[in-house]
Amino acid sequence: METQNQISINKLSKHFPVGGGKFTALKEINLNFVEGEFSGLVGPSGSGKTTLLNIIGSLDSPSEGEAIVLGRAISKLSTKASAKLRKEELGFIFQSYNLLPVYTVYENVEFPLLLLNMSATERKNAVMEALDWVGLIPKIKSKPPQLSGGESQRVAIARAMVKKPKLVLADEPTANLDAENSFHILETMLKLNKDLKTSFLFATHDEKVIKYLKRKISLADGMVAKDEYISK
Amino acid sequence: MLAFKLAFRNLMGAGLRTWLNVIILSLAFVMIIWFKGMLDGWDREAKMDSIAWEYGGGEYWQKDYDPLDAFTLTESHSKLNRDQLNEIDKGNLIPVLISQGTIYPDGRMQTILIKGIDKNQSFLKLPTARLDTMINEIPAIIGANMAKTNRLEVGDIMTLRWRDVNGTFDANEIQITDIFQTNVPSVDGGQIWIDIDRHREMMLMPDEATILVCNSDFRQDIIYEGWDFKDLDFLLKEIDEIIKTKSIGGSTFYFILLMLAWLAIFDTQVLSIFRRQKEIGTYIAMGMTKRQVVGIFTVEGAMHSILAVFVGSLYGIPLFWQQASKGINFGMDGSEFGITMAETLYPYYTLGLVVTTIIIVVLTTTLVSYLPAKKISKMNPTEALKGKTT
Repeated sequence: METQNQISINKLSKHFPVGGGKFTALKEINLNFVEGEFSGLVGPSGSGKTTLLNIIGSLDSPSEGEAIVLGRAISKLSTKASAKLRKEELGFIFQSYNLLPVYTVYENVEFPLLLLNMSATERKNAVMEALDWVGLIPKIKSKPPQLSGGESQRVAIARAMVKKPKLVLADEPTANLDAENSFHILETMLKLNKDLKTSFLFATHDEKVIKYLKRKISLADGMVAKDEYISK
Repeated sequence: MLAFKLAFRNLMGAGLRTWLNVIILSLAFVMIIWFKGMLDGWDREAKMDSIAWEYGGGEYWQKDYDPLDAFTLTESHSKLNRDQLNEIDKGNLIPVLISQGTIYPDGRMQTILIKGIDKNQSFLKLPTARLDTMINEIPAIIGANMAKTNRLEVGDIMTLRWRDVNGTFDANEIQITDIFQTNVPSVDGGQIWIDIDRHREMMLMPDEATILVCNSDFRQDIIYEGWDFKDLDFLLKEIDEIIKTKSIGGSTFYFILLMLAWLAIFDTQVLSIFRRQKEIGTYIAMGMTKRQVVGIFTVEGAMHSILAVFVGSLYGIPLFWQQASKGINFGMDGSEFGITMAETLYPYYTLGLVVTTIIIVVLTTTLVSYLPAKKISKMNPTEALKGKTT
């Protein structure tokens, strides 16, 4: 059976204007990802990991080349179409969790479903299921300031996973967590990847994360230095 | 609908900050409605009093009569025709003859207007029945303000001097038979009221009058030659002008109040957009367009005004109710200042006033909320996610 690419990146470059000139963050990147991958963009700060992740997440667009994500060419997407892609197909996990501070855990996880206009019953079932995956049902009424870092990131995972996206993009998800919490978070994501066949793409330089990756793409100075599949 | 739901959640989550803005805005609401209600109440009462005491359903003026030009008084009188006399007999018209005169209370001299009125009239509130008194002097009634200014009391007798139609000076004694209390200065200050028949005799002007006051149900399309009909819109124009002037002053006052509320909301919005960049980035990452995020922030700001309606109604409705039923006592009436204003003013609140105020405040608040929110559309989502937008 032929495996179709979820993400195809062809000769992608990204430049940012700096002063009178330009800074090249990504240079002629070529990568392909298939469904169900648990892969990571690895490299030091400034290597272009987050920039590439943002382009794949349609939050940014390439300067040259193309990124085709779930069949959509990112550079050709309208604002509305890119919002639709993020709303329906993608999940995001951020380093600093980015939870909505005035919402409860339940409301934070429910948020992506509100955007999808799901019925209240469907939303409730999906939220409870997602909170069950991350073990946070006892905390549904808590607000982000009342949660620990590990709990906050688990809420963020539940929020990213609640709509069962095809692809989850995680930018340094363990950077603010201790070893124990990082372990739990990664185990949770690995389990969701296995059970739901959701693809995970990380941008990280955290060794704890790198140990879990099944595919490690090393970036250096905006270029792919190494692309290796790790057998576990 | 989603924007409303999310905006409501955000507002409730913001806690005290939201309620402070809401309270300020609700104060603006209540003050605007209260002040407008006061002016409307004053306007209504002033008009009702003027109609009841002076204008009836309108007036016919002898063609030369100009109340603002005393020199017209010598010419502005005409003999009434048969039709007019018939209407007077039916009680549809009250004839009033106006001339100038001088009284000498306690030896002092005071120029006044002598107003002769039918003592049997029934539709003006003037106590003209008190002119039907059998005394040696000419019975006269005056307003309380006139009495106060000239230190006159019921029973006081003084000399009245006038010039008749031929320009001949004449004089007689008058006696104050009643002092009436009125909010209408134009029937009070600088004038005395006597019986019109007596006045005509004094002036040598039989069957003549200066104005004819109409009963409220009198047909106003009848044209009498030599007489101009003045409807209530014309006669009450002065009150409208005063209210309009007061309204402008009032508008300035509640514009300042609204400015404070708008400033609080604008400030909150600017701060929100600055402080909540990560949240804005997160909304976009989760699939909202920038326009939708602008919508949430605009609705959030505008919703302050909706909440203010509810909060304002909590204390506003009892306050308005109490004032509309008991009135506000100012301790003095406006006739002392020459304006028609009762001592106790009853604010008049209408649904139109409340709805208009709500619409204006909600729309302006929405605009004030939108202006800072539109900055979101220029944000770079990847920078916003990090909270780095400047």
